[in-house]
Amino acid sequence: MEAALAVTWLPVCQTTDIPADGGACALVAGEQVAIYNFARRGEWYATQNLCPHKQQMALARGLVGSTGELSVPKVACPFHKNTFSLLTGECLSSSDLPGIRTYPVKVEGGVVYVGL
Amino acid sequence: MQGNPTVVVIGNGMVGYKFCEKLLAKSTDFNVVVFGEEPRVAYDRVHLSEYFGGKTADDLLMAPTNWYRDNGITLHLGDAVQEIDRASQTVHARSGLVQPYDYLVLATGSSAFVPDIPGVEQAGVMVYRTIEDLDEIKAYAATARSGAVLGGGLLGLEAAKALLDLGVPEAHVVEFAPRLMPRQIDAAGSAMLQSKLEALGLKIHLSKATSSIVGEGKVESLHFGDGSVLEVDMLVISAGIRPRDELAKLAGLDVGMRGGIVVNDEMQTTDPRIFAIGECALHGGMIYGLVAPGYDMAEVVVSQLLRGARAFTGFDMSSKLKLIGVDVASFGDPFIAEPHSRAIVYEDAHNGIYKRINISPDGKYLLGGVLVGDAEAYSMLLQTVNNKLALPPHPEDLILGARGGEEAAGAGVMSLPDEALVCSCEAVTKGMICDAIETQGITDLAGLKKCTKAGTGCGGCVPMVKDLINGVLTAQGAYIKNVLCEHFDYSRQELFDLLKINDIRTYDQALDRFGVGDGCEVCKPAVGSILAGLWNDLIIKQNVIQDTNDRYLANIQKGGSYSVMPRMAGGEVSPEQLIVIGQIARKYNLYTKITGGQRIDMFGAHVSDLPDIWEELVNAGFESGHAYGKSLRTIKSCVGSTWCRYGLHDSVSLAIELENRYKGIRSPHKMKSGVSGCVRECAEAQAKDFGVIATEKGWNLYVCGNGGAKPQHAQLLAADIDKETLVKYLDRFIMFYIKTADPLMRTATWLNKMDGGIAYLRNVVVNDSLGLCADLEAEIALLIANYHCEWRKVVEDPELRKQFTHFVNVPKSKDPTMEFAEMRGQKMSSAW
Ligand code: SRM
Ligand SMILES: Cc1cc2nc3c(=O)[nH]c(=O)nc-3n(C[C@H](O)[C@H](O)[C@H](O)COP(=O)(O)OP(=O)(O)OC[C@H]3O[C@@H](n4cnc5c(N)ncnc54)[C@H](O)[C@@H]3O)c2cc1C
Ligand code: SF4
Ligand code: FES
Repeated sequence: MEAALAVTWLPVCQTTDIPADGGACALVAGEQVAIYNFARRGEWYATQNLCPHKQQMALARGLVGSTGELSVPKVACPFHKNTFSLLTGECLSSSDLPGIRTYPVKVEGGVVYVGL
Repeated sequence: MQGNPTVVVIGNGMVGYKFCEKLLAKSTDFNVVVFGEEPRVAYDRVHLSEYFGGKTADDLLMAPTNWYRDNGITLHLGDAVQEIDRASQTVHARSGLVQPYDYLVLATGSSAFVPDIPGVEQAGVMVYRTIEDLDEIKAYAATARSGAVLGGGLLGLEAAKALLDLGVPEAHVVEFAPRLMPRQIDAAGSAMLQSKLEALGLKIHLSKATSSIVGEGKVESLHFGDGSVLEVDMLVISAGIRPRDELAKLAGLDVGMRGGIVVNDEMQTTDPRIFAIGECALHGGMIYGLVAPGYDMAEVVVSQLLRGARAFTGFDMSSKLKLIGVDVASFGDPFIAEPHSRAIVYEDAHNGIYKRINISPDGKYLLGGVLVGDAEAYSMLLQTVNNKLALPPHPEDLILGARGGEEAAGAGVMSLPDEALVCSCEAVTKGMICDAIETQGITDLAGLKKCTKAGTGCGGCVPMVKDLINGVLTAQGAYIKNVLCEHFDYSRQELFDLLKINDIRTYDQALDRFGVGDGCEVCKPAVGSILAGLWNDLIIKQNVIQDTNDRYLANIQKGGSYSVMPRMAGGEVSPEQLIVIGQIARKYNLYTKITGGQRIDMFGAHVSDLPDIWEELVNAGFESGHAYGKSLRTIKSCVGSTWCRYGLHDSVSLAIELENRYKGIRSPHKMKSGVSGCVRECAEAQAKDFGVIATEKGWNLYVCGNGGAKPQHAQLLAADIDKETLVKYLDRFIMFYIKTADPLMRTATWLNKMDGGIAYLRNVVVNDSLGLCADLEAEIALLIANYHCEWRKVVEDPELRKQFTHFVNVPKSKDPTMEFAEMRGQKMSSAW
C-alpha cells in the first residue's frame, strides 16, 4: 500500500456519533468523509461522501449492507441506489461509474480516527 | 402493393381480426381491406362483462387502432357492407364505397336472437352483445330496482351476474327449459348450479314460457304461459344467437335452414372465392358459438390462401363458465350414457360440489363430464379426453384427488404429450410452451403470453399454463419463489407473518432469526415497512434501515436539500395556517409550490434546519404530511355538498376523517385517495388506491386505481354503502394490502396479480370468504391507535434532533457544496 507509511491519523468524532450499522459525514481537513460503523461485523469504514453518479454529497446517508458469497460490505447511494464496495471503493452496480476513494479508519478510546 | 391479390374481410369482430393477424404473420403478399359495421375496432367480446368491472372499451381492444395502419391494412369502420356482387367481384358498402376483391372473407358473426314475444320492442328490453349494449344496460341498471334475464344458458347467467354486480337489487333469470344450462350440463349438475347461484342472490325461474312483455312504452312486467307475472324495470334477452347470413343469402350463397353460411372443410362457401368463418359459418350442420373454433377456421382460410392443406374438421365444444364464485364446466360428451359409457358421480351437497365423469365401457378412456362447484380439474380432464390419455387404475381419483398418494403438483400436466393443445384459442401446444421456457429463458406467465400468445384468448388455460411453467422450471431444478433479496429467503407476505408470530420488533432480530449476511438496501427498508405495518413504532428509532426519505422524514432533493410537507387533510387549509406557511418559507428561504396532492410543499431545506422548521410548524398545529413515507399520502376532496350545487354529501368532511384515520400507517407502497361529492368526480377518486364517490343512497367505494407511470382506473368494490360500512371495508382492504403485497407494489399491481381479481378481493373484504376480517380489523385498529406525528416526536426529543446534521463533527455547519439558483423570484436547486 503506497500510503501505508504516510498515514496521518486525525481524530474526527466519538464512536457514539455514528449510528450503529449506518453512516455519518464528517469534515476532515476540509474534505467531506463518510464514516460507516458496521457494528454487525465490528468493522469501521470510510469513503468520500461524494457520489460519482450525479456528484451528490450523500453517501454517508446511504444504507449499508453486504453482497455476494464473500459478503462484501457496501453502501448504497440514497439518490439512485448505486452501490459501492466499502473495501475497495469499486462501483458494484454499474461498470460505467468510477469507484470512490476509501480512507483507513481506526477506533481508539472511543474516538474515531481517519487516516489521510 | 399493386399486383398483389386483394382480400376483403367483412366484419371486424374477434374472428375477423384474428384472421388478419394470422394472415400477416404468414405473408405480406396480400392487400387486406376490412369493413366493420361497429364504430370501433375489434374488441374482446369474451371478456365483455369486464367492462362492468372497470375495464374500458380501450382495454378490451384486440389490437390498438393504429395496429391496422401500421400493418398496411385498409380499415373502414362504421361502414357495413350492403351487397356482394359476385359477377364483378366487388362489395358495396353503405358509404357508397365499391371495393373489388380477389378473395372475400365473411366474418360477420352473429346477433343476439330476439324471440318474437309481444311487447319485445318496449324500452328497457336489451341484448348483451356489443359495448353499446352494455352502455345501455349500465344506464338502466343505475335506477332499476329489479331486472331479469331471459335465458339460463352460459351467456344469460353471465348477464344475470352482471346485473347483480351493477347493483340491481333484484336480479332474475327466466329459463324455458326445466333446468339451467341445458345444453352443457346434466340435470344433477344444473340443480347444484342453481343452488349456488341462488346463494349469490340470483332468483331463478324455470319452465317459464314468456308470453308477453307488458309496459307503457317501457317494460314493467313479464307475463308467463302459466299465468304468473314478474315485475321488472329492465330485461336482457339472451335466448341464443342468430348467424349474420343476410349478405350471403342476398348474394345467392347457400345458407342453412336455421341460419348460417354453409361452408366445406376448407371454409369455402358455395362460391370458392368466398370464405366464411366464425359465428356466421355453418359447418357440418353446426354453428360454433365460441371463439376457439372461430380462430381455427381463420387459420384454415390463411392456409387455403397460401395454398396449404389445412382443413376444419369440427371442434370440441367444451366450455367453462366465467362467473366468479361459481365454477361450472362441461367437457367432451357430458351426456353420453349407458351402454356407451359408465358414469362416476361425486356429489357433496354441503359444499355445493357435483362432479361427473363418463368413462368408456372398457374403462380405458375418459369421454366427457360435468363439474360444478369445483372445476379445478377442468383443463386436465379436457386434455385427458382430447388426447385419449389412458385412465389411472382408479378413475375416480380424477375427481376425488389421489388419496394417500404423494402426487406432486403439476406432475399431471407434465405427463401430457407434446402435441396436446393447451391454449385452444391461440392453438398453442404443450410442446411450444415448454420450448419457450426451456430455450428462451421465460419464467413467468407475462413473458409466456408475450412470446407464445398462450392464455391471451379466453384465458381458460391460464392455470394449466402456470402449472407448466412451474413444472418445467422445477424439472430444471429452478426453485421458483418470490423472495425479498439474497438475505431473506422469504416473500414479503411470509416474512410479515413470521415477524408477527415471533413478535419481532427490530431489523437485527429479523436478520438473526430469518436471514443471512448483513442485509442491504432492499431488505432493510422492506423489513422496516413490515415492522411499521405490524407495530407502528416510531420509524426513526431504527433510522439506519430506512430509505433516506424515511430516515430524515423528508424527501431528498437534487443537490441534497429536503422538502417540508405538512398535512392538509382533504386539501383544507385555513387563512391562519397559510400565513404561518408563508412566514416559515420566507424565514428559511424555501421554494413553495402547490402540489398535485392538494397541499403545499416547501423545498430546499438544509437537513440541519429541518427540526427548527418543524418546531414552528408543529407549534402552529401542523402535523407531518408523510410525503416521504410509503404510507397514506393525501386524500383529495372536492368541495362537495357544503358549497357545490351538485354535491350529494359532504365529501370534504369524509376526506378529512379518512385521512386522519389512516395517516401515518406504513404500507408496501404509498397510498393515495380521493373523495368526490358526486359522479362528476372532481376529486379523481377513481384514479386512486381507494376512492369514494357520493351517490344518492350513500357512497360508492372504488379500489386499486393508480395514476403515475401506468395509469389504471379503480374498480368498484361496493356500492351505495353507508359511512360505517365504508370505513369497515376500508379497514379490511388496507390491512389486507399491507399484509400481502410485495415490497413497493401499488394496490393496482397487487390487484392485477391477484387470482380472481376484484371479485376475489370483494369476497375477502365484503363477504369475509377467508374468515380474516376480524383479524384485519383488530390489526389496523392497533396501527391507528399507535399513530403519532413523527415530526412532533423529533421536535420534542433532543437525542432524535441530533440525527439531523450534515457534519457529525461540526453540527452547526451546512453542506458548503450545496448551491441554489434563482427563478421567478424564488430559489431552485442547481442542475446536476
Ligand atoms: C411534490 C409532487 C409533485 C408536485 O409538485 O405536485 C410529487 C413529487 C414527487 N413524486 Fe409524485 N409527486 C406529487 C404527486 C404525484 C401524483 C399526483 C397525485 O398524488 O394526485 C402522482 C400520480 C398519482 C399516483 O401516484 O397514483 C405521482 C406519482 C409519482 C410516482 C409514480 C407512482 C406510480 O405508481 O407509478 C412516483 C415514483 C414512486 O413513488 O415510486 C413519484 C415520486 C415522487 C417523488 C417523491 C420522487 C422522489 O422520490 O424524490 C417526488 C419528490 C420530489 C421532491 O423533490 O420532493 N410520484 N406523484 C406531488 C406531491 C403530492 C403530495 O402532496 O403528496
Ligand atoms: C357476453 C359474451 C360472452 C362470451 N363468452 C364467451 C366465452 O367465454 N368463450 C367463448 O369461446 N366465446 C364466448 N362468447 C362468444 C364469442 O364472443 C364469439 O364466439 C366471437 O365473438 C365470434 O367472433 P366473430 O368474429 O365470428 O363474431 P363477432 O365478434 O360478432 O364479430 C362480427 C362483426 O362483424 C360485423 N358485421 C356484421 N355484418 C357486417 C357487415 N355487413 N359489414 C361489416 N361488418 C359487419 C359485426 O358488427 C361484428 O362487429 C361470448 C360472447 C358474448 C357476447
Ligand atoms: S413527475 Fe417526476 S419529476 Fe415530476 S415530481 Fe414526480 S417524480 Fe419528480
Ligand atoms: S447520485 Fe448517487 S446514485 Fe445517483
